[in-house]
Amino acid sequence: MDRKAVYKPYAQAIPGAFAIEKIDTAPCRMACPANLNVQGYVAMVKMGKYREAVEIIMQDLPFPGILGRICPHRCEKSCRRLEVDEAISIRELKRVAADHVDLSDIPVPEITSRNEKVAIVGSGPAGLTAAYFLALDGYPVSVYESMPEPGGMMRYGIPEHRLPRTVLDGEIDNLKRYGIQIHTDTVIGRDITLEELRKHGASAIFLAIGAWKGLKLRIPGEETSQGVSDVTAFLREVHLGNLKKLEGKVVVIGGGHSALDAAQVALRIGASEAHILYRRSRKEMLAEPEEVEEAEKEGVKIHFLAAPVSISSKNEKVSGIECIRTRLTEKDTTGRRRPIPIEGSEFFIEADYVIPAIGQEPDLGNLAKAQDLKVSKWNLLEVNPETLQTNIPDIFAGGDVISGPATVIEAVEAGQRVAKYIAKYLKGEELPTEWQEEPPMGTNWVAPPKDEPTKDRLKTPTLPVEKRILGFEEVNLCADEESAKKEADRCLNCSGCCECYQCVTVCEAKAVTLDTHAQQEETTTINVGSVVLAPGFQPFDPSKYDNYNYAHHPNIITSTEFERILSATGPFMGHLTRISDKKEPKKIAWFQCVGSRDLNRCDNPYCSSVCCMYAVKEAVIAKEHADYDLDCAIFFMDMRTPGKDFEKYYNDAKDKHGVRFIRSRVHTIDRVPGTDDLEVRYVMESGEEKKEIFDMIVLSVGMEISQETIDLANDLGIDLTQGNFCETKDLQPFATSRDGIFVCGAFQGPKDIPESVMEASAAACSAGVNLAPARGSLVTEKAFPDETDITGEEPCIGIFVCNCGINIGGIADVPAIVEYAKGLPNVAYVEENLFTCSQDTQDKMAEVIKEQNLNRIVVAACTPRTHEPLFQETIRNAGLNEYLFDMANIRNQCTWVHSDDKENATEKSKDLVRMAVARASLLEPIPEISVDINPSVLIIGGGVAGMTTALGFAEQGFPAVIVEKSSVLGGAARDLTKTWQGQDIQEYLSDLVDKVEQHSNIEVLRNAEVVGASGFVGNFETQVAVGNQTKTVEHGVVMVAIGGKAADTDEYLFGKNPRVTRWHDLEHAPEKLKNAEIVVFIQCVGSRDENRPYCSRICCTASISQAISIKQSNPDTKVFILYRDIRTHGEKEYLYKKAREMGVVFVRYSPDNKPKVSEIENGLQVDVFDPILQKDLRIKADYVNLATAIEPAQNHKISEFYKIPLNTENFFMEAHAKLRPVDFATDGIFLCGLAHYPKAIEESISQAMAAVSRAVTILAKGTVQISPLVSQVDAEKCIGCGLCTEVCAFNAILLNEIEGTGYRAQNISASCKGCGLCAASCPQQAIDMLHFRDRQIVASVCAAV
Amino acid sequence: MEEFEPRVVAFLCNWCAYAGADLAGVSRLQYPPNIRAVRVMCSGPGDISVIAITWRVMFRPKRRSV
Repeated sequence: MDRKAVYKPYAQAIPGAFAIEKIDTAPCRMACPANLNVQGYVAMVKMGKYREAVEIIMQDLPFPGILGRICPHRCEKSCRRLEVDEAISIRELKRVAADHVDLSDIPVPEITSRNEKVAIVGSGPAGLTAAYFLALDGYPVSVYESMPEPGGMMRYGIPEHRLPRTVLDGEIDNLKRYGIQIHTDTVIGRDITLEELRKHGASAIFLAIGAWKGLKLRIPGEETSQGVSDVTAFLREVHLGNLKKLEGKVVVIGGGHSALDAAQVALRIGASEAHILYRRSRKEMLAEPEEVEEAEKEGVKIHFLAAPVSISSKNEKVSGIECIRTRLTEKDTTGRRRPIPIEGSEFFIEADYVIPAIGQEPDLGNLAKAQDLKVSKWNLLEVNPETLQTNIPDIFAGGDVISGPATVIEAVEAGQRVAKYIAKYLKGEELPTEWQEEPPMGTNWVAPPKDEPTKDRLKTPTLPVEKRILGFEEVNLCADEESAKKEADRCLNCSGCCECYQCVTVCEAKAVTLDTHAQQEETTTINVGSVVLAPGFQPFDPSKYDNYNYAHHPNIITSTEFERILSATGPFMGHLTRISDKKEPKKIAWFQCVGSRDLNRCDNPYCSSVCCMYAVKEAVIAKEHADYDLDCAIFFMDMRTPGKDFEKYYNDAKDKHGVRFIRSRVHTIDRVPGTDDLEVRYVMESGEEKKEIFDMIVLSVGMEISQETIDLANDLGIDLTQGNFCETKDLQPFATSRDGIFVCGAFQGPKDIPESVMEASAAACSAGVNLAPARGSLVTEKAFPDETDITGEEPCIGIFVCNCGINIGGIADVPAIVEYAKGLPNVAYVEENLFTCSQDTQDKMAEVIKEQNLNRIVVAACTPRTHEPLFQETIRNAGLNEYLFDMANIRNQCTWVHSDDKENATEKSKDLVRMAVARASLLEPIPEISVDINPSVLIIGGGVAGMTTALGFAEQGFPAVIVEKSSVLGGAARDLTKTWQGQDIQEYLSDLVDKVEQHSNIEVLRNAEVVGASGFVGNFETQVAVGNQTKTVEHGVVMVAIGGKAADTDEYLFGKNPRVTRWHDLEHAPEKLKNAEIVVFIQCVGSRDENRPYCSRICCTASISQAISIKQSNPDTKVFILYRDIRTHGEKEYLYKKAREMGVVFVRYSPDNKPKVSEIENGLQVDVFDPILQKDLRIKADYVNLATAIEPAQNHKISEFYKIPLNTENFFMEAHAKLRPVDFATDGIFLCGLAHYPKAIEESISQAMAAVSRAVTILAKGTVQISPLVSQVDAEKCIGCGLCTEVCAFNAILLNEIEGTGYRAQNISASCKGCGLCAASCPQQAIDMLHFRDRQIVASVCAAV
Repeated sequence: MEEFEPRVVAFLCNWCAYAGADLAGVSRLQYPPNIRAVRVMCSGPGDISVIAITWRVMFRPKRRSV
């Protein structure tokens, strides 16, 4: 994914916070002995932030410039760029950074000093690194150096042409700023002893004396000839200035860096020839191949596979060296190839000087003996490998003195390590006794982009050869900045976040700190009484459908991808675009059931429920987005739009928008050769084969439960269905197989948003019933100080202008706005804040309000939609009424949208502040409105939905009254036998009725009817006629569960011939079925037609269930189901499959050619056209059973009494189809069951529980806080015309008859939503809206222009 | 002649248009700075008297350039 390591999950994410992606540490960093943050400083070089790069480097070592030149860079060997082309030139980038920074510009961090002193012997890289970290840790450090200048082998070993002395001196000198003292020319044992160091207060001593003694060749002539000098002595003498000139030929023996150094130095000080003798081949050289080549360019002659035999001398002076050719053995157990002399291959090289460079060892003198330090047989000090502590507790040792000659970076590592353990030692902590293994290196890195092009590795410029050997000028030159940036840009950023901590530096809100940056996943334990599972689904991945070519053609996309294309925040900003060539598609096809209803190519036999509807929606929206004639075709098997109002949308798509619906399942998609178009061949129902070319194809992918969710279910021990959804029972659709664990959403079964939202509330209710006694036990109530009375005070306005970091301050001139605001009328106080919403500013704001006696507050910042409540709380804390507050939205509606026009953004901000101030001057305190709640419920309808809610309330302690119009409880469920899963409904129902009748909190009014209602949330009064009496019930909320019923019909001889039945009639007459040979079911009788343009949702499942029962009891009975689309959505699809397997015959009919039923002797004759056979069928049936429409009860009266809306089919209309599926727009009234829409019993139960959950949120509070921003009637001006009551959608304004004056309007604050329609409708201007009074709005307007 | 520079007063419903204007900001969509939004709790009223006053104020002699 192309994004930075700091990213916002997606544009609309809530909270809109950023995340930092950290994965495993990059391999370069892992490879570095000193664990240098390579990715971090490379990233900084890329951005030209050299100082930041050096700061990152100096977190791990004090020598950026030195290591930028001479490090053998193991990091580059593990660079993952090698998988693409060549490694990043990491070392060069370090050098580029170092060369651009003056170390003295980098501030020394604040150091808390400590008392314990540390003495360090040796000022090489190990000693100085240890000194650096100990000094940073606060310890006073003294370094003792035997040589005249500090630096150890960095100075006396590495020649100047590789490491210029200015760089070395600069970086060592810099250490003084950290308080490190370096005493040169001080030899331990001669000038001062370790005992004396201790006496002077050294609490710990670090021996880092290096390995300065060259190893001998041990060949004849070595000791006796003048002109033999080991490499350390040779280089030391040169660097000390004692050896300035050399004449004659030099032979160096060895294959390491120091051999090359010696040869190159020899040439520079005058040697006529420099030879290197190496017993292995070029491949085995320790130096880099390019370093070897450079040396050869300078004239160094390297004799590979040659070993010295003896040194010849003339007059005790070296005259040459006898050598022998060698050959290499195969690799031995150590992996090295040993050299073997080849007999008879001896040869002679003339030489004046011989320099053995075959190894070094420490020159311990009598140091070890004096202190009883343990020494190994290699003459190295023995230490604990983890802590570097010697056998004497206060003496530590590290670097070459314990390892033999090694690299600077390894010495640095020893310095880091010893600093850490010396500090621990000095703090008295226990030190580990053995090596601490690091956790193994993870390899979860950012994958290199698939199409990453190869890019050349940086070539660093070098000094021309002829210039080099004239002196010690630096050979490698610094790369230019542009090349360095390009090189750094090759980095693949393996570990995501590079931990450069630049985000910490820039985050002014201090939201990202080193601490939050280091946050890790953690495991916590929470004690709970119930668990709700809502893990959702994943879209099916169609890559495995090779015949659909999804994985290989850019113009074949999934429906979820198409949603992104349609989205304004999507990849094409909502412009309809196809991916291959970014052209506008002219023809788009949708393929339904991809990954659903399919056992052939995937294992998902269920219907995903939502795909038909979303495909129709996508087609319609695509057509709306296209300003040209877009052709949309949907290929489907059954069009399943059984949701509320879905069928109308489907019809509109077909009839109004011209979306083509083609009943065919397409087998293959082919590319049209030479284009990006796609050819589709398909077969119509009639058998006719067709070809069509599309620009783009959308695969309507189904829902699937992810493996993670399946694992979670297994961990929790809950059962899954065959489709891997959570196993539930119809009559407890939200309870899993394990007590106390509830489920909702697509994990319960494929479903859409309204069902998921409803089920979420239902699951919350079930979870809540178990926990009712604990309700509110973790809640603390907030108390506010008393409000200051500001009556009669002149406005005294305080303004807080927010910079919002740089969001506002970076664009508008905030100080100018502040100055401007000071001059506005009534303004007493103005201040500027970095973040006005931060806690410290809130505290300060409360103080300022009190100190300055402010009585109106304006905050110029972001949007009141998110931040007004916060500031209102603050001013309440300062004793001001919360409505004495206004905001000027100078961020969302100013600086963010005018970021390219800073001047006008400032001017507009001033205007917005002026408008807010004008309005604020007129603001008034508005008292809170809080209403006591009568904690009881009136439930209209005693069916399963109504009774379920009654029990839900009663069990949570809220009394409920059920109003049932008939004499018995049970409603439509009394007609049902089994759920689709086969559970016994009558048993369940009688159990439910018993519980309801016996519950002390439930009162049932039978033969009762609601005849009138008034009141508002918390305080309703409903008149109920029971028999001849009318009873008034007072209650806090209303539950509308009045149900529905199967419609009558006059089609298909219903009512004329007893063999024509409907719904469950046949089921209830098993004796009829016993001898029946043929039974025909006809679907959609009165549904999905002009009168009832909706699908009754449950009929397909009901008829198929019955057909299966018939087949089960008598397999010889022939069963036909005549249908339009089979809509067994979700896992009900299994029934459809089962019925077909059992031999139920399904014949599709179309509404313009409906089946015909006629009477014949001893039966019925059904004529129907079969579109697959393309023939008329004639069926002689014993019975014809009709699935007639489900229609609502008489909802009109209830709708009028409570002023709750109905849709055109007279079902009640919820507040929001998707997001508030059981609420009404009017507070305190809820909806469930068939009164909402036809639905199966399990859906009614869910919805009932959901409605209880929503209602309990009100009942549990005791009082309800109502927004006091309501209408206010001036009774003096009111003429009682009643226009306001007409327009009010919420029953919130009434006409009262007042004796002597006629009617006067009165507002019901508790019901008022504050829309202001009444105010606008009032011809007398007798109504005004609190907080948005006309004069307040006009003040804003006047100030605006 | 001076180029026409429209000045727009927008009455934005707190629940839809005002939220939309906020979202435009969140999305960093850029538009000309001539607009001054007045937040109202519903655009339903569209109170004629308020709008009339707005027109009147807008067409008074220009106080300063936008």
